[in-house]
Amino acid sequence: MSNDKIGLTLKIWRQPCSHSKGKFETFHVNNISSDMSFLEMLDVLNEHLTLGGKQPVAFDHDCREGICGMCGAVVNGQAHGPEKGTTLCQLHMRHFRNGDTLVIEPFRARAFKVERDLVVNRSPLDKIIQAGGYVSVNTGGAPDGNGVPVAQDTAEQAMDAAACIGCGACVAACPNGSAMLFVGAKVSQLVLLPQGYPERAGRALNMVAEMDELGFGNCGNERECEAVCPKSISIRNIARLNREFFKAALFG
Amino acid sequence: MILDAKIPSGPLAEKWDKHRFETRLVNPANKRKFTIIVVGTGLAGASASATLAELGYHVKTFTIHDSPRRAHSIAAQGGINAAKNYQNDGDSIFRLFYDTIKGGDFRSREANVYRLAQISNSIIDQCVAQGIPFAREYGGTLANRSFGGAQVSRTFYARGQTGQQLLLGAYSALMRQVKMRKVEILPRREMLDLIVIDGRARGIVVRDMRSGRISSHVADGVVLATGGYGNVYFLSTNAMNSNVTAAWRACKQGAFFANPCFVQIHPTCIPVHGDYQSKLTLMSESLRNDGRVWVPKKVGDDRDPDRIPEEERDYYLEKKYPSFGNLVPRDVASRNAKEQCDQEKGVGQTGRAVYLDFAEAIERDGLEMILKKYGNLFQMYEKITASDPRREPMMIYPAVHYTMGGLWVDYNLMSTIPGLFVLGEANFSDHGANRLGASALMQGLADGYFVLPATICGYLAETKLAPVKSDHVVCEKGEKQAADKISSLLNCSGKRTVDDFHKELGRLLWDYCGMARNRNGLETALAKIPEIREEFRHNVLVPGKNESLNQSLERAGRLEDYLEFAEMMVVDALQRRESCGCHLREESQTAEGEARRDDENYAYVAAWEFAGDGKSPKLHRENLVFENVTLSQRSYK
Repeated sequence: MSNDKIGLTLKIWRQPCSHSKGKFETFHVNNISSDMSFLEMLDVLNEHLTLGGKQPVAFDHDCREGICGMCGAVVNGQAHGPEKGTTLCQLHMRHFRNGDTLVIEPFRARAFKVERDLVVNRSPLDKIIQAGGYVSVNTGGAPDGNGVPVAQDTAEQAMDAAACIGCGACVAACPNGSAMLFVGAKVSQLVLLPQGYPERAGRALNMVAEMDELGFGNCGNERECEAVCPKSISIRNIARLNREFFKAALFG
Repeated sequence: MILDAKIPSGPLAEKWDKHRFETRLVNPANKRKFTIIVVGTGLAGASASATLAELGYHVKTFTIHDSPRRAHSIAAQGGINAAKNYQNDGDSIFRLFYDTIKGGDFRSREANVYRLAQISNSIIDQCVAQGIPFAREYGGTLANRSFGGAQVSRTFYARGQTGQQLLLGAYSALMRQVKMRKVEILPRREMLDLIVIDGRARGIVVRDMRSGRISSHVADGVVLATGGYGNVYFLSTNAMNSNVTAAWRACKQGAFFANPCFVQIHPTCIPVHGDYQSKLTLMSESLRNDGRVWVPKKVGDDRDPDRIPEEERDYYLEKKYPSFGNLVPRDVASRNAKEQCDQEKGVGQTGRAVYLDFAEAIERDGLEMILKKYGNLFQMYEKITASDPRREPMMIYPAVHYTMGGLWVDYNLMSTIPGLFVLGEANFSDHGANRLGASALMQGLADGYFVLPATICGYLAETKLAPVKSDHVVCEKGEKQAADKISSLLNCSGKRTVDDFHKELGRLLWDYCGMARNRNGLETALAKIPEIREEFRHNVLVPGKNESLNQSLERAGRLEDYLEFAEMMVVDALQRRESCGCHLREESQTAEGEARRDDENYAYVAAWEFAGDGKSPKLHRENLVFENVTLSQRSYK
């Protein structure tokens, strides 16, 4: 651990609530250890703001180990910041230089409402899952776990897709505010596995319809989603979703 | 009050079947008339909500997060145990039961643990049916690994993200019920009080964390699945929002809190590196299979590790425990790391770390083989610390990880308040004084998918509940109390921030109520906690107002509860004058300096009754009876 100290200028989006107007506010922070995580840097800022009688910056976070999907902000134009395959909580300050200016904004999309400062409402993603992101099986009476074999590479591919943490960075990065990578990942996981196969047609149609209904845009093949995804989920999942969707629409 | 665990009679293996048969059922057509509140959406809460709804109950589910999928079960890495014996290596339900009860150092109930082992197999089947991408063998069957020193391979896993996949499975099942309008989901709501009417749990008071609105919700039964209290130490591997508030406020309403001093400290975490640190990251303990733990022999040796010659290194675990070496259990590894650092042999900037060295393993097996096993962990470590474990040894230090203590529950998972059920890490029931690796996921899902849905119907069928509305006088009183608490926090306008107080409390507990404890230290903590609490009440600074999203206010409320709860924890630690499970009581050691359990005097569950603000809690004992296992002392020499 190097433990260098840096100073930064932060331009952070401030918005008291969802129905008020927001604006950027500028702050300076000094003595930021290069071993700090980005969120710990925000903690330090918030302690200063609080003691100075000002409102701390609201930001969502929880596990701080890159798996809960709660954190996220756009840093200098990139969702979750400049490091590839990294959530904001796992981004460390050693990737910035003394004197840098960081512009920090919430995940913006038509379907995500800003709740306060950097906190957005991502419950539309839950609504999409409600439309079909599951296998319809009640508790009890499941056959033995080894009853249906699943090829190892199939399970691995399903796991690649299932790694999605639902952070919404893909939506924020997409020029159309599309959730196709999110939907594609879930549809892929379930269609690859024999357990999800029977409901494949309805699932693809319903999840896409719900996505449209909620105000998410369509995929324009910009590949921004894949570039910012902290779990590096491939856009091949979108291709698979498209195939599933067309098959279901044409043949039921 | 005499604690009745309501353990069914009969042979161990038949108790659960017998109990289910003897439990009264609710007519399918009547189930929809019952409303059940579930607080928390981790493995236990999500699985319980989904299953209750499938059975026909009307369910209202609350979470503090923006989405039910964020709960901290998601961060569990290792896996989930089950007694499938797919590997034909001699596993059985009885063996999983025995390992769990022994691992818990004989401080849990035989009947509960046996039921857990029985149910473990159905959990795997259920999760596979949900489309969880478990690791597979080439032939397509489920893969298993040995975990946490177990002698059989019974752990099922989905890469290093098993908790995530199991939680998303339960979450999907829950979302399906939301779509079918069987579950009403209320996100960003924090439970602030339990509503008890005529001695029964009938609802909760919640705050909408976006608008600050406080309201009551009534039901026929309340289920708490609100996780553990590891964050009382401030630094832990828990998520930042994990808290004891729901459990503590239920405790203040009459639910007993059992074994609060049983806290698991995990030996392989990334060390603390500064005052600003907000949490500790766990590294899978599988690393100890190949890594060698050492410190410099000389006190205060600050040379780089590669400049310390072999003969000046102290491989203290290998030396002290020749037969287990680096693979000693979690508590032994943690305690020894602390001991080395206390002797000022610790390494790194803070001196609170020991080395975990892979050089010999890389030399022996080749880098490729080691990366195949630990590549993702090496990457994770490098990402956080900017140091490459291929070239220099990792630095590790113990961190608070899991709390075995929790609200006391009987065999039906019902607390001492009728109608209040407690699941998962929030209850105390299955792990005794120490939890085995890959057993937390198993317990959360066993409670939610299988145990509670089978037991709650007995309560509902046998109890005559008068209808209540959310404008009941008890609800109004609860709402007012919650609002008053919030105003007093906001109106305090002191000089110290919430986190500042929390860190002070955390350091105190870590020093005196951590992995090694003694009477003097505990008494010091017991004297100091009320002082911190008093100062908190007069000198905390909480910015903002109630009527909007206010994260400082949320943290302040949770810390206020931790400041009360911490005292109960220390009181519990003080009365347990034995070393047991995760903790060493310094007055109770063998001649060789190892932990000595005292079955004669302490083979009981300590269940604490809240006796009023500022009063010492009242102890109730549930004596543990062992009919199927012989109590033995652990030895790793």
